[in-house]
Parts: sequence; structure tokens; C-alpha cells
Amino acid sequence: MTQYAAMIYSRDVDWTLPEYAAETAEYGAFAEAAGAVIRGGAALYPTSTATTVRVEAKGGTPLTTDGPYAETKEALTGFYLLECADLDEAVKVAATIPGAWDGAVEVRPVIEFPM
Amino acid sequence: MRVAGRDVLATLARWTGNLALAEDAVQDASVRALLTWPRDGIPDTPVAWLRTTARRCAVDQIRREAARGPKELLATGPAVDVVLAEADPGPEVVEDDLLRLVFTCCHPSLGPGTRVALALRTLCGLGTEEVARALLVSEPAMAKRLTRARQKIRLAGIPYRVPSEDDLPERWDTVLATTYLMFNEGYAATAGPELTRPALVAEALRLARLLRRLRPGDPGATGLLALILLQDSRRAARTDADGAAVLLADQDRSRWDRAAIAEAVPLVGEGLRLSPAHPDPYVVQAAIAACHALAPSWADTDWTAIESWYEVLLRVDDGPVVRLNHAVAVAEARGPQAGLALVDAIEGLGDYPLWHASRAALLRRLDRPEEAAAADDEARRLPLNAVQRDLLDR
Repeated sequence: MTQYAAMIYSRDVDWTLPEYAAETAEYGAFAEAAGAVIRGGAALYPTSTATTVRVEAKGGTPLTTDGPYAETKEALTGFYLLECADLDEAVKVAATIPGAWDGAVEVRPVIEFPM
Repeated sequence: MRVAGRDVLATLARWTGNLALAEDAVQDASVRALLTWPRDGIPDTPVAWLRTTARRCAVDQIRREAARGPKELLATGPAVDVVLAEADPGPEVVEDDLLRLVFTCCHPSLGPGTRVALALRTLCGLGTEEVARALLVSEPAMAKRLTRARQKIRLAGIPYRVPSEDDLPERWDTVLATTYLMFNEGYAATAGPELTRPALVAEALRLARLLRRLRPGDPGATGLLALILLQDSRRAARTDADGAAVLLADQDRSRWDRAAIAEAVPLVGEGLRLSPAHPDPYVVQAAIAACHALAPSWADTDWTAIESWYEVLLRVDDGPVVRLNHAVAVAEARGPQAGLALVDAIEGLGDYPLWHASRAALLRRLDRPEEAAAADDEARRLPLNAVQRDLLDR
């Protein structure tokens, strides 16, 4: 079994607003249907709430900037951690995430460092 | 030796679940064969010898990496005892292994160019430097590309498996498209000084034969093999003594490969019988190519039949290039005016040099020389290989 991060790039909006209740319900239905392979995940507030932190060198003073201000319409709005037999299964599951038709879902294998 | 290496690789990939490791092991085994066979004689069963030797090489490799620490063990994957416990496959299992490898190398999560490179390396058994030469890429760039592809297969978990019944048609389409892309890259090279790259064409033909052997009742595999045979049958006549391109209309048909045509024509019939209700696009394209192959000359070609086949093709595989070819057939069957109307109605081919060149030819036949010259200029503005450019310049 391999763990995959399914990263959702979709509309950069506040999903907690009542106008997105239908979309949120769709995500709920997905989470229920794919419950057997979901190992974790989170939905994110829009990039306007983000703070980017950089440090010039280790131990240096943090330099913060407001948001990433992506030029693109789509932003990282959430992710799931999936555990699947192979990429075919992971892609099949990812294709049922509502973000797949409201943007795109990037599927990437997760590194498992030895303990 | 190349075929044996390929078959052994397919099985070893399944045993180890690691394409890079399997390739290294087969490579090592082949080197040992080159060293020992001339001295000790060729073994009674060379494939079995190669497989046994490759298995030992793989196991040695896994042990070496395991000894280097837990991180390397994780990177390799398979356990030695698993690889050692696998039974030697019979011929049918080897065929299954090959089919698995075909689907892995042509996985839709790999880019089309990467699929072609990987197919040349693993399914056709070319060395990395041969793949690089065939695809006009430097050897280090090709090595890097292949390494990245193998890494993705392993880390992202692209499976060694024949897809489920549901996914099979779509995935098989990707396999056929990869083979046809390989052929086209060789047949109508988009870059470089030569019109064709025969080595690439030969590999695509070999791969098409393998695909048909692996799925004998499949109309697509049958049609693709027929199509490649028919298009390639014209190879000797496609360029003149100076290497300049010769159009189909002007080709010396006595130089067409009659044996290839004779092999392909029955395949077209078979392909049609295999997909009667909804003909496979490769079969229809092969039917069109067969009409040309059987015609004694350009003038004596059955253009009405070709026009009808293009209408069938538009039904199963509509697209601007198919429309353009249909329009050219209409021009021959019913005159340049009818053809030009269809050519002008096609949208989205502004960057396709042959669209402009076809317009130019039809305008010239309609005695509209200024417009024809303008269309020729448009065609010349667009990228072509050197031989095609020469043709436009004449």
C-alpha cells in the first residue's frame, strides 16, 4: 500500500460561507464514500488569510509577507491523505473528489521515512 | 537476444516490482552472456539461462542495497526470498508479463514522449544511446528522462497489471496511440534533416506485431498493424535519389513494398469483421491506405471509395486533420471547387502547414494564382522538417 496526498486546486474562496453549502455537502458525501481509504486531510481558508514566512538563513529573523497572492484563479484549497494499492486506485478515488470538476486534483506519493 | 532480453525483463519486472532494478539485472545478465557464451558455447535454453542469471543479478543487487542500510532497503522494495521463490514462467505467463509491461510503459500518467521512449527502451529492447539517437535527444538527456520515468513508476505506484475490464478499452487506446506516435515520429519526422527515420519505423512495426500477438482478436491492434504496414510500404518511393520528398501522386508505385501490402490487406478485412457496427479508427485509416496501395496510379484511384471511407472515419474519429484529408479526397472525386469549400470550412488548422499547402494546391487548380501564392507563403512560415520545406519550395 502507498499513501498519496490528493491536493485540491480549486476556487480561492471561503468554503465556510453559506453560499458554498452545496459544495461542502458534496465533499461530505465524498468523505463518506471514500472513508475506507482516507487517512486524513483538511480544508483550507482562502489564500487571503495566508502568511508566507521566509528566513534568510537558519536562525535569522523571520520575514513575513501577506498571502502568496497567486496570479492563477485556482489555489490549494485542501488535501486528503489516501492509502491505496497503486496509482490506478488513487486516481480513481481522486476523480471522485468534487475539486476534480471544480478545478484539479494533484495526486502525489507520500514519502515514508524509515523510523 | 533482444527479444529474449525483453521477455526476461517483463517477468523480472513482475518478480521485483521494480523496473529499474529489473533493467539493471537483465543488462548485467546480457553482459555475462556476451562474455561467457563465445567461450563456453550457447546454452541449450538461452532464455532460461538469461532469466536465471538475471534473477541472480537482481538478488545480488537487492542484497547489496540492503547491506547499505535500511533506507536503501526501502528504496529497492522486493525481498530476496520473494524473488527467489517465484517459479519460472511458461510461455503463456511470459505473454501475460509482456502485456503487463506494455500497460506500465504506456500508462496515461506518463507523458506521450516519455511513453515512446520507455517503450523503445523496454518493449523494443533498445539501449539508452539508441533510444536517444532514435528520438534525436542527447544521451544524457535521454538517460535522465528514462530514470525519471522509472522513478515515477516505482514511487507513484504505477502498477504492473492488465487493467480491469472497465478501464481496459481506454488504456489499450493509450497503448495503440503510443505505438502510432512512435511510428509517426519515424515516418514523418517533425525535426531533423531526414524525412523518415527508418529505425524508429522498424521498432514501431515490431511493437505493433507484438501488440497484435498479445491481443489477437482486437480490432485496434489489427488495424494499427495494417495501417503501419501500408504507410511504410511506400517508404522507398517517398524520397527521390537526392532525398527530396515525392508526393503520393508522383510516386513510382513499382517501388512500393508489395509483400507488406499483401500482408496488410487481409488484416483490413479482418479488422472490419472484428468491429462491424462501430469500425475501429485504425481499421478505417488502414482501409483508406489500402485503397491507395491497390490503385495502379493516382488518376486511377477509387476516390469515391476513399471519400466514403473518410465519411466513416469522420463518424468514429472526427477532427480537423481528418476533415482536411476528407476534403482532399472530395476534391479528387468531385473537383477542386467542392474540395476547397470543405477545406475553407475547417477551423483550427491555421498553424498546420499542410492545410495552407492544400489550399494553395486547390486554388492553383482553380486558376487563382495570387491567392495560391499567399497560401504557400503561410505554409512556409510554419515549422517543417527540411525535406518537407524543400517540397514546398519546388
